[in-house]
Amino acid sequence: MSIISSLESVGEYALLLKRVLTPPDRFSQFMKEFQKGVYALGVSSIWIVVIISFFIGAVIVLQIALNIDSPMLPSFTVGVVSREIILLEFSSTIMCLILSGKVGSNIASELGSMRITEQIDALEIMGVNSANYLILPKIAAFVVFMPVLVIFSMFTGLFGGYIICMVLGTPSVETYVYGIQAFFNESFVWYSIAKSMLFGFIISSVAAYFGYTASGGALEVGEASTRSVVMNSILILASDLVFTQLAMG
Amino acid sequence: MIEVRNLVKEFDGTMVLKNIDATFQKGVVNIIIGKSGSGKTVMLKCLVGLIQPTSGEILYDGRNLTTMRSGEIRRLRRDIGMLFQGAALFDSLTVLENVMFPLDMFSRKNRRERRKRAEFCLERVDMLQAANLLPSEISGGMKKRAAIARAIVLNPRYLFCDEPNSGLDPKTSQVIDELISDITTDFDITTIVVSHDMNSVINIGDNVIFLNEGIKEWEGSKSQVMDADNEKLNDFVFASDLFRKIKVAEEIISEEEKGG
Repeated sequence: MSIISSLESVGEYALLLKRVLTPPDRFSQFMKEFQKGVYALGVSSIWIVVIISFFIGAVIVLQIALNIDSPMLPSFTVGVVSREIILLEFSSTIMCLILSGKVGSNIASELGSMRITEQIDALEIMGVNSANYLILPKIAAFVVFMPVLVIFSMFTGLFGGYIICMVLGTPSVETYVYGIQAFFNESFVWYSIAKSMLFGFIISSVAAYFGYTASGGALEVGEASTRSVVMNSILILASDLVFTQLAMG
Repeated sequence: MIEVRNLVKEFDGTMVLKNIDATFQKGVVNIIIGKSGSGKTVMLKCLVGLIQPTSGEILYDGRNLTTMRSGEIRRLRRDIGMLFQGAALFDSLTVLENVMFPLDMFSRKNRRERRKRAEFCLERVDMLQAANLLPSEISGGMKKRAAIARAIVLNPRYLFCDEPNSGLDPKTSQVIDELISDITTDFDITTIVVSHDMNSVINIGDNVIFLNEGIKEWEGSKSQVMDADNEKLNDFVFASDLFRKIKVAEEIISEEEKGG
């Protein structure tokens, strides 16, 4: 029974995407909603990205410095390993897991509230493609702004490590800075950005699906929001595995 | 004119609407009444295409809604205005922006003309003074009036109202009823109101349809409602103490006139 309902949900999600991914009725209205989406989903997430990245970056450097205690490894290894962790996994995957909570629940609860207060029905009655009008600008805004968040996360993560080196002195700041530049592979940055854009699409579209199809009252909107966060977390981790294998395997 | 032929709607094997036939004339207020759970709202949602009927036909001036493609339905809906039970104004937009929204989406007029049209409609419902307020800053009655302004801004040919008086005091209800009646006459549109408010029926119900357990039990005008000999309709109408007393008073007056 649950397999059938899961398949039905996948089908509903695909049909919803078909309605979403069509040209907007009015481009000027789309741009208005796109700008609102950039601010509400992207710009307002910068502070959480900066704070979390700073502390996680600092903890990564601290943990590696404490655990790599071998004379066989040069001291700049701390910088190299921290950089690879931050660039390849933390700034894209882990940051998106965190954003799925903030952005995903925001989208699901907004659309869910609109659904139960008949605002979506009102759009339909006016002859507006409500899925396209409400969801497309959100997906576009979040996917387009995702690279900005990832770059912020990379820089503040590495900066957190820099500060911990400055405070503790092991490794020294110079060694850390040398480490984060050593054997640098630029494609890792592009890989991380591409991955985060895919996750951005998953977060916004899955959350929109749960919010758009919510029914009932305030309790169901809360449930839709929770389900969207849980489903997004699973999908992000599963697609991370597939994407990593495809891109780097 | 909207015609409904043999309309049936089932949910999980339960028939909610049973072979309904009805004609809703232009320029008059058509009211669908019935108890909670009688199928009124389902019928309204079928009429506007928010719910797909199980079988039957819904004809908008001869055009069958049930066989239309989604693009055709969207075009038809630009001729439809709807007042929802909770008004359904967009939370993030001001009253004026809400009324301008259909124009922003579909009108080719410039911004100044669109604003002028929206202000005209707000003035029509006496809401111009609240144009720059958000829906959260106005009362329930004002929300309904703003929603009526939004519903008529594109000059619709069909107006649907779902429980327009729910949650409103009697005085505000009367204002909303009069507004719906005036708009129907002034713009010569087909208006369908779903309600269980007998005051509305008596005030504005030019054509009244009574639904009971998904069946069209009775049809007539507001002047016939009080004197109908349908038992189920009488149960519904005279459930209100006020209407029972009016009926008794009418009978006493009638007998006195006969006697004297």
